[in-house]
Amino acid sequence: MTETSLAHKVATRKSESRSDDGAEALLEVHDLRTFFYLRRGVLKAVDGVSFSLRRGETLAIVGESGCGKSMTALSLMRLVPEPPGKLVGGSVNLAGVDLLKLGEQAMRGVRGKDISMIFQEPMTSLNPVMTIGTQIAEVLLLHEKLGRSAARRKVIDMLHLVGIPEPEQRAKEYPHQLSGGMRQRAMIAMALACHPKVLIADEPTTALDVTIQAQILEIILELQNVLGTAVILITHDLGVVAETAQRVIVMYAGRKVEEAAVGELFARPLHPYTRGLMASIPRLGLMRGAGIDTPGRLQEIPGIVPPLTNLPPGCAFAPRCAFADERCRMQYPAYEEKRPGHWAACWRSDTLYGGGDG
Amino acid sequence: MTLIDHEAELSRASAGGGGLWASPAYFLRRYPLGAAGAVIVLVIVLMALFADWITLFDPTTTDSRASLASPGGAHPLGADFMGRDMWSRIVYGARISLAVGIGSTALGCLIGVSIGLMSGYFGGWFDLVVQRFMDMLQSLPLLVMALVMAAALGPSISNTIIAISIPLVPTVARVIRSNTLMLREMPYVEAARAIGMNEFSIAVRHVLPNTLAPLIVLGTAQLGSAILVEAALSFLGLGIPEPHPSWGRMLSESAAEYVRTAPWLVIYPGLAISLAVFGTNLLGDALRDLLDPRLRH
Repeated sequence: MTETSLAHKVATRKSESRSDDGAEALLEVHDLRTFFYLRRGVLKAVDGVSFSLRRGETLAIVGESGCGKSMTALSLMRLVPEPPGKLVGGSVNLAGVDLLKLGEQAMRGVRGKDISMIFQEPMTSLNPVMTIGTQIAEVLLLHEKLGRSAARRKVIDMLHLVGIPEPEQRAKEYPHQLSGGMRQRAMIAMALACHPKVLIADEPTTALDVTIQAQILEIILELQNVLGTAVILITHDLGVVAETAQRVIVMYAGRKVEEAAVGELFARPLHPYTRGLMASIPRLGLMRGAGIDTPGRLQEIPGIVPPLTNLPPGCAFAPRCAFADERCRMQYPAYEEKRPGHWAACWRSDTLYGGGDG
Repeated sequence: MTLIDHEAELSRASAGGGGLWASPAYFLRRYPLGAAGAVIVLVIVLMALFADWITLFDPTTTDSRASLASPGGAHPLGADFMGRDMWSRIVYGARISLAVGIGSTALGCLIGVSIGLMSGYFGGWFDLVVQRFMDMLQSLPLLVMALVMAAALGPSISNTIIAISIPLVPTVARVIRSNTLMLREMPYVEAARAIGMNEFSIAVRHVLPNTLAPLIVLGTAQLGSAILVEAALSFLGLGIPEPHPSWGRMLSESAAEYVRTAPWLVIYPGLAISLAVFGTNLLGDALRDLLDPRLRH
């Protein structure tokens, strides 16, 4: 216990100092812990997550369902359902202000203004009995000193910006009159209406048609360039990550297991879990590469995520890891910089993938 | 009506091609009984609105020569023992019935919605206490509760409205609360939080409008019971005081003495009550089907 937490502390301090010497960090998350106090025990949804985000950067958080990536996002917004959830520790520094120390009133002033969020379900994230225009105007009326007509004009500008045709007309329509893609565009318009510093996109394309996904991502990236917004992209789709992000965090069971620049991560994944994730993406070459009678089989990660209320003492991935040894099962691996700018929490990455000296 | 027809009707109705009359026409085809109910309610409303134009006599003016006049002639529905014109009293009685019915339903809905919304959205100890209080109120039947209230408050039009509205509160509060419990988990509520809206605004702007469909249905259904309870209270002498014409009291005044000798004094007010309740119930049923979320797409 003492040794692992010490290692953890060293690791997080290191990551902190690393982000300091980079360009100015806009959002600095340090040792974030969000626990859920349930009848069957304490569920550590987010356990000591730290990262930093620069202006205009795109950071992807990747992981399976239930790995804590959405809870990380909700924790940043202070929208974790309390009780049973609780932000037990850490800090979220946005442009010098610790959001976790703000009062609820002040925090409401931050939501939608400085940090906003796009949700996974464009179908149900808009109120069915309000017009699109009215709903987008709400965020403007809450945070900007705008009159109704000025807000209206701004709404139409935003709808135009996210590529909705005939924005004047569309603003008067109800959500059910719009397609899924159009609704997600409206959500983006709402999220970006006040030009927030940080945009959290929680699986923004998961519920959409494949053909629409690329369009939505393109709009997010384009507006990111125009408005200089930093984006935290939460996804389980590594294809989306490769296309959009500059840096990637891989989460497993509430903890960070790997972090690297996107090129580095795809070229040299150091954690067996990241490798497993990559191996489980369907590829075109997979079928071709295999023999004629034995079609290539998509690789899966065996087993399931252990229950977060009852994690093993060692590496949380050890029970599913083909390379786990005794130490992996007993001791949580140190989260350390294996290669310049490439961090991972794995005892065996050096021997397995030669991470130490490159 | 086959499924195909139904789909076609739906698309035609939602396309709105027929302009103003497309929806009523659709309603008539899809819910003929509901349309009949709507017509009955509309007739009663028109009667109440234009009472001055469609009656010859003042409903409270007595005339000894016309005492117990049988239907026909100057008094199409006859006259009571004080010579008051029955047609006038029925027509002006519609005013009272509607005023009391709509007034008490509206008041009951207003209180019920506020309680239900707060109770469902914020939960906690407030919810617990309020719901137990609602249990208490609801353990008595509507009429009995209204009787107790009316007896305590004394007979007057506004007291009758209050007496009938209070027993409606728990029903409305229950429906709104259960809807709110569901709606507060909707992603758009979360999205509203994510733009920095406060909880009270979310409850009023995002949750409340979504509970209106069930509320309309419930309100229409309760309107019938409210009219019936008003008649019952007035029948028992606890409702609308003299000299206002009330269908319920018209019945009670004549039931015992004149039911054999002048049956029109009993038949017409009875018919008016039945039709009003029947009409609102038919309309309420059709509205429930029309606005049922399971039938929406």
